Amino acid sequence: MSTFRREDEELFLASRPTKNGLLQSELSVPGMKCAGCISKIESGLLKLPGVTRARVNLTTKRVTVSWKKSSATPPLLETLSALGFEGHLSTPLENNDDKELKKLIRALAVAGFGAGNIMMLSVGVWAGAEEDTRTLFHGLSALIAFPVLFYSGRIFFASAWTALKAGTTNMDVPISVGVLLTFLMSLYDTITHGPHAYFDAATSLLFFLLIGRTLDHMMRARARTAITGLQKLSPEGAEVLQPDGSTQYLAVEDLMPGMRLRIPAGARIPVNGTIAGGQSDIDVSIINGESTSHRVTIGDKVQAGALNLTGSVTIEATAAASNSFLADMIRLMETAETGRHRYRRIADRVSSLYSPVVHIGALAAFILWFALAGDVHHALTIAVSVLIITCPCALGLAVPMVQTVATKRLFQAGVVIKDGAALERLSEIDTIIFDKTGTLTTGKPNLVNQDQIKPEFIDLAAAMAAHSSHPLSKTLALYATANKYEETHISEFPGDGLEAEIGGVVYRLGRPGWAAKDDGDVANDGSSCVVLTSNDKRLATFYFTDQLRPSASNIIADLSRARFRIEILSGDRAIAVAKVANHLGISTFTSRQRPNDKVDHVERLSRQGRKVLMIGDGVNDAPALAAAHVSMAPASAADIGRNAADFVLLTDEIEAIPVTIGIARRSSNLMRQNILFAILYNMVAVPLAFFGYVTPLIAAIAMSTSSIIVVLNSLRLGGIRGQQSGQSMPRRISSISPPKFHEAVR
Amino acid sequence: MNVIVLLVLASLTMGAIGLAVFFWTYNTGQYNDLDGAAERILIDDEDTDAVDS
Repeated sequence: MSTFRREDEELFLASRPTKNGLLQSELSVPGMKCAGCISKIESGLLKLPGVTRARVNLTTKRVTVSWKKSSATPPLLETLSALGFEGHLSTPLENNDDKELKKLIRALAVAGFGAGNIMMLSVGVWAGAEEDTRTLFHGLSALIAFPVLFYSGRIFFASAWTALKAGTTNMDVPISVGVLLTFLMSLYDTITHGPHAYFDAATSLLFFLLIGRTLDHMMRARARTAITGLQKLSPEGAEVLQPDGSTQYLAVEDLMPGMRLRIPAGARIPVNGTIAGGQSDIDVSIINGESTSHRVTIGDKVQAGALNLTGSVTIEATAAASNSFLADMIRLMETAETGRHRYRRIADRVSSLYSPVVHIGALAAFILWFALAGDVHHALTIAVSVLIITCPCALGLAVPMVQTVATKRLFQAGVVIKDGAALERLSEIDTIIFDKTGTLTTGKPNLVNQDQIKPEFIDLAAAMAAHSSHPLSKTLALYATANKYEETHISEFPGDGLEAEIGGVVYRLGRPGWAAKDDGDVANDGSSCVVLTSNDKRLATFYFTDQLRPSASNIIADLSRARFRIEILSGDRAIAVAKVANHLGISTFTSRQRPNDKVDHVERLSRQGRKVLMIGDGVNDAPALAAAHVSMAPASAADIGRNAADFVLLTDEIEAIPVTIGIARRSSNLMRQNILFAILYNMVAVPLAFFGYVTPLIAAIAMSTSSIIVVLNSLRLGGIRGQQSGQSMPRRISSISPPKFHEAVR
Repeated sequence: MNVIVLLVLASLTMGAIGLAVFFWTYNTGQYNDLDGAAERILIDDEDTDAVDS
């Protein structure tokens, strides 16, 4: 590698070698949508020298690229952005989770095959097959059922065995006992030419249960994929200046205190340190939510995660990555998470009751019938039919099915959910806490006094600003109407501003104390400003504030109409927070909050019995996100914030918040209906089985019907689709009454 | 009687073939990108590398 490029090194660090001497990298490209995108990206990347394979996965929004190690590192991300797609490097997906899913899918396929074929044979028996034919069919059923039980059943057997070894019981214990007893009894009846065999019940039980298991697992895996797919380019490493003057690119974990690191403009600072050379502006919004950038110069301390904006600086590391600000936040977050009151999912609550009740019921049936008739075989048949008919199919499907449908709906609305239980928790909330910067506001500055400035000054300032990557400059550059200053030589003074010489006049655009000698008349109302001067004479002052998201007012109004208590909790200065709060009509707001203050605040509310939804994006919010009852983060949030949140909003807008709450409440309702139905079904079916009125046919029909009803009921959530159009949504959320039903089940 | 044995065996064999085909398609990753597969039919000249390994 002749010329050093930071991007190349990062790509190299994020790739992994494959068998045939190639390197494989995964890029996440959230913007791709259609066949056109696929062919554009694949052919565009394949044209690069060294690239041997480029394959788009539209479902996960990723591109897998293989390239030759020997050739120069291909400019993958640059090519993507030239094609019009924003790409991020991302770590390859872990394969461990896939293995679990593969095991479940294979087990499901085998169980489906077995259940279908045995059911086919059973229909023949029910239709009235005579002695020999019946025994033949039962024998064939046994032959099919044995491998199915062995292959598909071991998922339950293994889990039940682990539970029993630990001295506890779980839902898998009655399932395993029921299935194994059924199989052995049916085998005995087949050998003795008995009239009834339950092979069909045993296998279809496994089939329905595996559907629930697989859906549950898929939902979690998909959410994980989406989250990792978003992984933004956090610093993978940094350029270290060696004593002999050369540079070396080291991974973040290898950075040690005392090392001198070169941080180019536009890069994030990887570890805590002190500026040792150069000056620049840094953006610390991700750390403390402050919306304005800071000027830093030699001797200033900088924290890991801050974004270096304008000038290249050298920093001396004062901490290793494991002792830096980011690592501290992760520790704080973990503490907050353990403190979070342990939420028991509704399914767990039900199944902890289910297991002993079923066992006791079956045992009681056996003892009763043995005492009454003295016939072991008959008593065992009754006990088994109790076990079978109470099969938790409906119960096993009740929750995952709803979660799957809800996950899909949420994904369409641009929301990714990390854990199915979060839906239940979200349906209970009564308090919503917003972070300000990046959540209620866009996190980007906006010019507020355009109409007070002469258009020619705006043009001049915009032309100068186009040469800088400072966020204020970037905003200002958007206001250019005509570009008549193309030839001008413009120089940037990092941390201060820009200077241009036009026709002998020196124009400066930058911070007031530098551009103009007089430092008066600068309003301090939470906005930031730059001034334009010619030969030290002030021409214009540009004021900027962080812009509210366009939908913020509507969303807040909707949410308060739905009688949620709304608060703002920000790390920014009081004046900036008050302005936003007043504009949105939020009366409760707290400013200057450090990360642990936020956690304390959230925990105080929880102790008062409030269920808090925390919405935030910064690193400083992450511990509070973990501490809250349930949490959301926008996609633009820091990695750590997204990891801490239960929901990630993929779109830039926060309109999805009420939609998500609506979906969560409906799905929570549906889950309760499903579980209630499953319980009612058992209340009818168990006495029938207990008193010996259930034949295999009735058991099979009842079991399947209950499962199908649960599935159909879950699909009703699909009707929520129309809610995504902006107009019907607010009405929907306000029509939902505050939570009251969750108390009933607890 | 013999007819039934034949028919049952035939149906089981066909079912088993279906199961085997499912295993093959699943193991070769043909369900990895269903959204992509739906869109790819619209691309005129696709290479033959149709499967994610």
